[in-house]
Amino acid sequence: MNGIHDLGGMHGFGPVNPEPNEPVFHHEWERRAFALNLAAGFLGRWNIDMGRYAREHMPPAEYLATTYYEHWLYGLERLLVEKNLVTAKELETRRSQGPGTLKALSPADVPKAVRNRRAARMDDRLAAARFKAGDRVRTKNLNPTGHTRLPRYARDKLGVIDRDHGVFIFADAHAASGEKVPQHCYAVRFEGRELWGADAGPRDAVFVDCFEPYLDPADGERA
Amino acid sequence: MSDHHHDHGHDHDGDHEHDDRPGPHGAPLTDIQLRVRALESLLVDKGLVDPKALDALIDAYETKVGPRNGARVVAKAWVDPAFKQRLLSDSTGAIAELGYIGRQGEDMVVLENTPKVHNVVVCTLCSCYPWPVLGLPPVWYKSGPYRARTVIDPRGVLREFGVQLADDVEVRVWDSTAELRYLVLPERPAGTEGMTEEQLADLVTRDSMIGVAQVKSPGR
Repeated sequence: MNGIHDLGGMHGFGPVNPEPNEPVFHHEWERRAFALNLAAGFLGRWNIDMGRYAREHMPPAEYLATTYYEHWLYGLERLLVEKNLVTAKELETRRSQGPGTLKALSPADVPKAVRNRRAARMDDRLAAARFKAGDRVRTKNLNPTGHTRLPRYARDKLGVIDRDHGVFIFADAHAASGEKVPQHCYAVRFEGRELWGADAGPRDAVFVDCFEPYLDPADGERA
Repeated sequence: MSDHHHDHGHDHDGDHEHDDRPGPHGAPLTDIQLRVRALESLLVDKGLVDPKALDALIDAYETKVGPRNGARVVAKAWVDPAFKQRLLSDSTGAIAELGYIGRQGEDMVVLENTPKVHNVVVCTLCSCYPWPVLGLPPVWYKSGPYRARTVIDPRGVLREFGVQLADDVEVRVWDSTAELRYLVLPERPAGTEGMTEEQLADLVTRDSMIGVAQVKSPGR
């Protein structure tokens, strides 16, 4: 979706303000919001792409006025209701109307959950690669209302395949239905001037990880 | 971790911020504090969340992972050419040799900075970050300015971090739009020839592994 989360290339945000010796969390509620997100995610009713898509629905003005863990909290509350783990009334009243049916992540299972080694990567034999390193490609002009990982600034742009990362779960379909559609994912190199025009630095490039359905061949096109 | 969240009536924690309960002067809880506390309480009541698992998750990400892990990877690559070779060709496997595996680091790519190529990592769409080697991301990495500007004005952003690159140095920005997680292998600074791996690891900063800083020579 063309949401407010898709910030790449926007102006007017001012300087980056790094905080010296920044703590991991600034408030106790951030710790709890972070852990609640992970623990609820381990219930297995949604995947990471559904999680991102839920956060992308935050109203734009609210998104910009709130912090990272507030975005997470918004997405978590939305998913809990959407996936029927909590009713809208329970969320509103903050009172349980009855026990849940899923088993909570136990403290004993936390180390294993944290040391997860397989996420979106799939068996490379599940899909043939349409492109290889060095191939010229043009990203599609996509504006889906669903989840996508092709940022607006990189749509309908000419690039070159830098490398094939192998086969991964296609995020767009994963967010929509949970289906694990195998697709090659490529690092695609875009020259700064292709993305931003003549004012971009001549020796600047942006690499975007693109699922194969985002790409068309562009063999005949000139840079 | 303490068990102060299990009884919401009179919890207390000694060593962290005291922002989840009325302060010494009776300051009320803020809306966000109340909201998070109420949500946790609801999910615990419904049996969907075990508060001790929350404590364990917080402990894991607040104390067990962090940029010290990534610094060890970098230092080893600086002193061990065979490891560096593996790190660049099979980043996930080489990093796992040091025991750094897990969520948000399942598929790693290491990018080598050289005198002619400077890599910098961003996630414009959310805040993807390699947790097992760098820990959780700092606020600035998740902020609008960094996410908006790094792809369109990388040299401007780098200048704000104190990195001045010559015009002939190529800047490569990596937008973490899929499930690959990126770690920058910074250049080894001059004047470190006699240093041990452990001493070298002490020089490596988080920011240098995101690509918004260079590693400084010792004593500078």
